[in-house]
Amino acid sequence: MPADLLVSDRPEILHINLGPQHPSTHGVLRVELLLDGEIVVKAMPIIGYLHTGIEKMFEHRTYLHNVTMTDRMDYLNPLGNNLAYALSVEQLFGCDIPPRAQIGRVLLAELTRINSHLVWTGTTALDLGANSVFLYTFREREQLLDLFEELSGARMMTSFIRPGGLAKDLPLPWLDNVARFLDMLPSRVDDYESLLTDNPLFKERTIGIGQLTAEAALDLGVSGPMLRASGVDFDLRRANPYSSYDKFEFQVPVRTGGDCYDRYKVRIAELRESINLCRQALNLLPPGDFRPSDRKVVPPPREELGSSMEAVIHHFKLYTEGLRPPAGEAYVGVESPRGELGFFIVSDGSGKPIRCHERAPSFANLQALPIMAQGGLVADLIAIIASIDPILGEVDR
Amino acid sequence: MAVGTKDGTPSFMLSRIEEWSREQSLWPVMFGLACCAIEMMAAAASRYDLARFGSELMRPSPRQADLMIVSGRVSQKMAPVLKEIYDQMPEPKWVIAMGDCASCAGIFNNYAVVQGVDKIVPVDVYIPGCPPRPEALIDGVIKLQQRIRAQAART
Amino acid sequence: MSSPLVEQPATRPAAAPVRAVNSSTRELPATLRRLKGNGFTRFVDLTAVDYPELPERFELNYMLYSMATREWCRVKAWTAGKAPTVSDVFAGANAFEREVYDMYGVDFEGHPQLRRILMPDDWVGHPLRRDEPLGGEEVEFSAG
Repeated sequence: MPADLLVSDRPEILHINLGPQHPSTHGVLRVELLLDGEIVVKAMPIIGYLHTGIEKMFEHRTYLHNVTMTDRMDYLNPLGNNLAYALSVEQLFGCDIPPRAQIGRVLLAELTRINSHLVWTGTTALDLGANSVFLYTFREREQLLDLFEELSGARMMTSFIRPGGLAKDLPLPWLDNVARFLDMLPSRVDDYESLLTDNPLFKERTIGIGQLTAEAALDLGVSGPMLRASGVDFDLRRANPYSSYDKFEFQVPVRTGGDCYDRYKVRIAELRESINLCRQALNLLPPGDFRPSDRKVVPPPREELGSSMEAVIHHFKLYTEGLRPPAGEAYVGVESPRGELGFFIVSDGSGKPIRCHERAPSFANLQALPIMAQGGLVADLIAIIASIDPILGEVDR
Repeated sequence: MAVGTKDGTPSFMLSRIEEWSREQSLWPVMFGLACCAIEMMAAAASRYDLARFGSELMRPSPRQADLMIVSGRVSQKMAPVLKEIYDQMPEPKWVIAMGDCASCAGIFNNYAVVQGVDKIVPVDVYIPGCPPRPEALIDGVIKLQQRIRAQAART
Repeated sequence: MSSPLVEQPATRPAAAPVRAVNSSTRELPATLRRLKGNGFTRFVDLTAVDYPELPERFELNYMLYSMATREWCRVKAWTAGKAPTVSDVFAGANAFEREVYDMYGVDFEGHPQLRRILMPDDWVGHPLRRDEPLGGEEVEFSAG
């Protein structure tokens, strides 16, 4: 057993462990606690219980194989991970992505953000005792997963956004279904808010709990809704637009309190903004190609294989040797539901990256847990962990 | 428990009731590890409703559970924890390996992942998929119920 | 290495708004402190790349972000195995340095609690080094 990480010389302090198997740790997070009765004297998160060695595997697989592994890192934001990875690989190639693919990517990324925030709302309410909200949000999420399944065949791990556009074109009946889903959703979000936002029990458990100042947040590398709830008006979709986000009009919700209630309000507002963004994407979606014509990046369409020898050779080389981006480094930061997500890829010109590192937002966000939890109750710790929204798949990789 | 016949063995009716109550109220211990845990939550939620099949509650404490659904990849650091949770469950207990990672480590054939949870605990039902659909999980639970019934019929 | 306080273009071009700075390992805290004073107040990332054929095999890559000018800055330093900690300059570097120690074996001098973070505490080896094997079990076919 490892040596104790926290020590105290006061005899009344209880040294106790929370997790890794615990209903409200949002994954396999272990928190080591020093408690004075119910009050947390010190809290320290211990991670590594879901370490999968993905970054090592990236170096042993081709660039296309790696897309499927990126799905499984932040498993509530699979299309967002795909997007961040694809943008980094495309930066290595220096290729342009057609507008239809870019707008389609925004649509898929925002649908995934809706998915992530629905799960967050449900599980946070579940942690705080409001079981029925969980059942309602998952009911809406099932409709969203039906959409993903109709499009790609898989509910969660779609691997639909790949280096060089999308895997397939977005069919018109599917777009109609998305529009229908978006028409249904706002009234359901009103229902969730009616159960939580003015609920005195929810407010008592979240207002004033887990304060995080803006300076501490920036110093720790915190990003995403946690940063915006602490008063920093910053969103990568607006600050460093990628994938034609600059063509969209959207609000970035910011609150100044820095407590759990503010983080809840920011995420609910982001959910509504994502619905708005998806509607704009449906209107802005132009006709055209869904992937570039550069045959070094994407395979030729199947129809060409019957008539063109060159197409056959490109197809063969792409699927046996894999993509071969030029030597270089790339990093593109995107705004995931948890914060800044990016893939730092180093290529030496061969078919496999020599380094592919994921900058996971939850890894940095979790470092804020000790200062947020100190001095609060154990029950507050549960609310704080929920409001950080960690996904251990990306923390541990 | 030896009530029913003169020599002490339970009567056929009583052992049928015992076995029926075991298979129809399998309470899983909350052991969601990774992506499969989200599909397990979806299976317990509104549309798929695992509670119809007896798994009414997911018990946080292993002492109150009789089924462990290992949903997700088991890392080297998590393996002793998994064994400890399994040991804390009272008999009779069953294990479902949900998903490719729990069955055989899935796509993660490397240093960090235990290559199948059956290297640590005995598994009764394997459910393939990455992640398996909630219906697949329910199918696995039903297969486990059939297996419990068959085991009881043999004794 | 060239003078650490002069900004050098990175050896490989990058398309995104990324400024690149090369630093000597010894001067890392000073470089990062200077950049923090120049507006790069958000700590983004620290990772390493292993070039086992080079004498200074570990290339440390720090990423900072300036909220005012909305650009990233990448700081690179090369080391054979030791580097000073920057967790007193940026509190967020703490967990990242533990990860680089765990995965590569780089010793960050002055770190308050340098111990493994992802692997079990009794693990032997540093998995992400290029000469460490991938591990896992033998399969009868090869994936290529």
